Amino acid sequence: MADAAQAVAPEAPRELRHHFVDLEAQKEASALGMWIFLVTEVLFFGGMFTAYVVYRAAYRRAFEGASNLLDIRLGAFNTAVLILSSLTMALAVWAASHGRRKLIVLFLFFTILLGSTFLGVKVIEYKQKFDHHEVPGAHFVVPEGLPRQSEMFFSLYFCMTGLHALHMIIGVGLLSWLVAKARRGEFTRRYNTPVEMVGLYWHFVDIVWIFLFPLLYLLGRHTL
Amino acid sequence: MPFFPEQASTFARNVDHLYLFMIVVTAFFSLLIATLVVVFAIKFHRKAPDEIAGPVHESGLLEIVWTVIPLGLVLIMFFWGSSVYFRITRPPANALDIYVTGKQWMWKIQHTDGHREMNELHIPVGQPVRLTMASEDVIHSFFIPAFRFKRDVVPGRFATAWFEPTKPGKYHLFCAEYCGTRHSNMIGWIYVMTPADYQVWLSGGAPGETLASAGAKRFTEHACNTCHGDQPGARGPSLAGLFGKEIHLQNGQTLIADEAYIRESIVNPQAKIVAGYPPIMPTFQGLISEEGLLQLIAYIKSLSSAPAAAGGMAPAPTPAPERKSSMP
Amino acid sequence: MTNESRRENYLNVRYGVKSWLLTTDHKRIAILYLIGVTFFFAIGGIFAGLIRLELLTPPGDVFQSETYNKLFTTHGVMMIFFFMIPGIPGVLGNFLIPLMIGAKDVAFPRLNLLSWYLYIIGGLTALWAVVHGGVDTGWTFYTPYSTVYSNDWVVVTAVGIFIAGFSSILTGLNFLVTIHTMRAPGMTWMRMPLFCWGMYATGIIQILGTPVIAITLLLVAAERLFYLGIFNPAQGGDPVLFQHLFWFYSHPAVYIMILPAMAVISELVTAFSRKPIFGYKFIAASSIAIAVLSFLVWGHHMFVSGQSVYAGLVFSIISFMVAIPSAIKVFNWTATLYRGSVSYQTPLLYALGFIGLFTFGGLTGLFLAALGLDIHVHDTYFIVAHFHYIMVGGTIMGYLGGLHFWWPKISGKLYPELWSRVSAWVIFIGFNLTFFPQFILGYLGMPRRYHAYPPEFQVLNVMSTAGASILGVGYVIPLVYFIWSMRYGKDAADNPWGATGLEWQTPSPPPTENFPTTPVVTGKPYDYLTAGEKEVAVG
Repeated sequence: MADAAQAVAPEAPRELRHHFVDLEAQKEASALGMWIFLVTEVLFFGGMFTAYVVYRAAYRRAFEGASNLLDIRLGAFNTAVLILSSLTMALAVWAASHGRRKLIVLFLFFTILLGSTFLGVKVIEYKQKFDHHEVPGAHFVVPEGLPRQSEMFFSLYFCMTGLHALHMIIGVGLLSWLVAKARRGEFTRRYNTPVEMVGLYWHFVDIVWIFLFPLLYLLGRHTL
Repeated sequence: MPFFPEQASTFARNVDHLYLFMIVVTAFFSLLIATLVVVFAIKFHRKAPDEIAGPVHESGLLEIVWTVIPLGLVLIMFFWGSSVYFRITRPPANALDIYVTGKQWMWKIQHTDGHREMNELHIPVGQPVRLTMASEDVIHSFFIPAFRFKRDVVPGRFATAWFEPTKPGKYHLFCAEYCGTRHSNMIGWIYVMTPADYQVWLSGGAPGETLASAGAKRFTEHACNTCHGDQPGARGPSLAGLFGKEIHLQNGQTLIADEAYIRESIVNPQAKIVAGYPPIMPTFQGLISEEGLLQLIAYIKSLSSAPAAAGGMAPAPTPAPERKSSMP
Repeated sequence: MTNESRRENYLNVRYGVKSWLLTTDHKRIAILYLIGVTFFFAIGGIFAGLIRLELLTPPGDVFQSETYNKLFTTHGVMMIFFFMIPGIPGVLGNFLIPLMIGAKDVAFPRLNLLSWYLYIIGGLTALWAVVHGGVDTGWTFYTPYSTVYSNDWVVVTAVGIFIAGFSSILTGLNFLVTIHTMRAPGMTWMRMPLFCWGMYATGIIQILGTPVIAITLLLVAAERLFYLGIFNPAQGGDPVLFQHLFWFYSHPAVYIMILPAMAVISELVTAFSRKPIFGYKFIAASSIAIAVLSFLVWGHHMFVSGQSVYAGLVFSIISFMVAIPSAIKVFNWTATLYRGSVSYQTPLLYALGFIGLFTFGGLTGLFLAALGLDIHVHDTYFIVAHFHYIMVGGTIMGYLGGLHFWWPKISGKLYPELWSRVSAWVIFIGFNLTFFPQFILGYLGMPRRYHAYPPEFQVLNVMSTAGASILGVGYVIPLVYFIWSMRYGKDAADNPWGATGLEWQTPSPPPTENFPTTPVVTGKPYDYLTAGEKEVAVG
């Protein structure tokens, strides 16, 4: 049987999995798969965005008040960091499509660095919330002058940013895996699908933040 | 063995008629399909192993026919079902108010005159009854099969619904929404009585105080009167004549003050701010039990017991401008 | 060909546990699913039997209330998340989609194996919760009962379902990509077998719906663990929001369960009447229409929860509309029999049973879509009867019919025809006796999930329990003879039914690569009328 398979494609490239006709078909399948996966991700976050919209409409004052307790400078800084990381990611994809091994590693490295920076800042933010008893649950203290439902804001804040951060951590893991592969010179002009796919994923995670930032930090903001 | 529960409310007959119509449709199509399938299977049974089927040409017309006929039928069902539903959702004005609290695993019922019952409800025949229901814990559902009546009682909000019993008797009351370990014990009886019997029942027992006066007590207990008293320059709007009146909100919206609105204004006062008043009322969520809320509402309702007098002619409760200026 | 039983195929190409547990062959993964699905079905079935046992008598005398509540919860969770949803896609979908479209495998074979592992891990997690005390929330996990008041293994069960949810998403994703990118030369969309159309529609629902329940259950788990209160009214949360999110998935999920069965029936009806399917385009389009409409009807689960009248009207009319594509399918299947060459083999018996039961079950669904009537029958045994007509009378009949039809291809063996016909009849009779009385019970007002009930409901409950025991026997018979046939059954020919379709043009069981050479498709599917002339299209 192995003979028969080779008879069909005698010079099958190393990266071609046995059940695809050629690399192009394989790449097409990967891309479609990734896009479909991102659609499921949209719906995954969609559930929480729905909850956010419903409760924001019901408890507007609580949400606006609680929103003011977030550190907008850290949030804005993180937004900038993520946008920059999207740029370096895009450059990595470009480098991969030209088979520029060293550049791929370099840009991926920068992306990891920026992603880690984002996560580090997030840890600082979480720590602040923790210190101020603004983490919902048993130790939550209703912030002064705010309605009790401000707890709901923080519940959603932690669920949404937490899930986003989890996606970032997975993303950083994927990027590290790519770095290892890239250093071995596995990505060429002909075959660079993994870089492109992780790139799509990374951009998606960035876009989620682009929605999270205004919803959580900016909407209903009072003067600084 | 009966196939229908007793028809003991004004809805029962409507619902049963729709049910019968749908049974006829269901039976007709089920039998039609079953017959066709069996007849075709027998008539066109394969006689020889190598037999092949006769040629049949697809028919666009046929496809349209069997799309349009079911479409017509379901539209009839939709309109019929909705019209029954509309009747069920509109309580008449002269309804008797009953307040129900669901709790794992019992139904607590309060009458306006102060009578309290547990898992039992006594009501007169031929009198529309309007239920205002709340839950103290999880979701319950007030279900009286003989009345074709059911309504979920979701914690955190009121459920209001009505029915009109038409036949004296004793009927099942079930909890229809799964509510925990002893869900199937959250059952009781509805006693529909002749007006004479009902009067006798009412005069029996000794209702301590009416629901409204219990509510009045809570009103002072929670110091509601300090802001919602009728004194001039009060920090909150006066509640006299509030129930059923049109309310103008700060954001320009208007609404009618009903039970749900009053409940929300107590537990989540920031949600709807009456025009001209600052949003200073604290929430009472968790501080007043569901039964207490129902009593408060009965009290507030009793403050506007002469509804028709000023009625729609009354000017909107926009407070006089001097009140506004008295606030910092 | 039949005496070439030693020929290399996907079953005997490699031996050993490892060759199965690390396989990426879609056919072997299908077998893995078959084992998993059967296991969880057996568990769900045993729990169903215990429920019926308790309901034999009005008082709650066999089990404690707590135990009974755990029984029906486990029955629901096992059957829905670990049997119905992965059932036909996991077993038949995996086995058949690549064969039917002329591909060597699904697009992502390793992902496919991962799906199976996620499914098993999720199932075992949920089972672990059952063994350690169980869950008593009902499979619907309504808040705030599940988040605040129940003190059982809600989190573990939710995590189990969450994991299995990803299995479902990845399976749907895999099938969508496979159907899009892996079709053989000449296999255009309109030449694709209807089974593939049905699986395609299923995949759409899987990828769009499942993430929503995943996040919802995650929030429930988070709420229990960290006291978040997102659905807890005492903290300002809204229990009805949970219902919206839950049913946004769980209503389409009903179609994840029934669409694959419909897809199977389309294949069976045409194969055993030896006639092209009537209205191919309409059946294909109706699958997609169902997938789309299924996302717009979830609110009909909340007609009595106090949602606005206008929301109720919208959800009601769309719920009625979803009946139309289903009706189109039923009429087209019936018309396919007309002037066919109908052979009464077991798969057809299941298919005809399906058509009858699905028609009845579907029509009773209209009762629930009618606003005024739903108020009475909501949360009673009427709805229990309705969805069992769809799930058991529909999905399981379709699943068993398909399993019988493709068993010769899957195992290379024939099952005993007599026994299979007997079991088909036993299942049909047992099923109707179990669930028909529940319609009457429901209209009489018996609420669902009742551990004890008033004595006037007993007669119908006894009938139902009697039916359930017959049904149970009906399910054991195929289990026995399928296993028996693997060893003692006669070898199957490549195309024992004389059916069209690429899967019948490769050996039984197929080789690992599915086809000796890539097939080329030149005509429409189900071309029975001219099939005699071009016997073999594949070299």
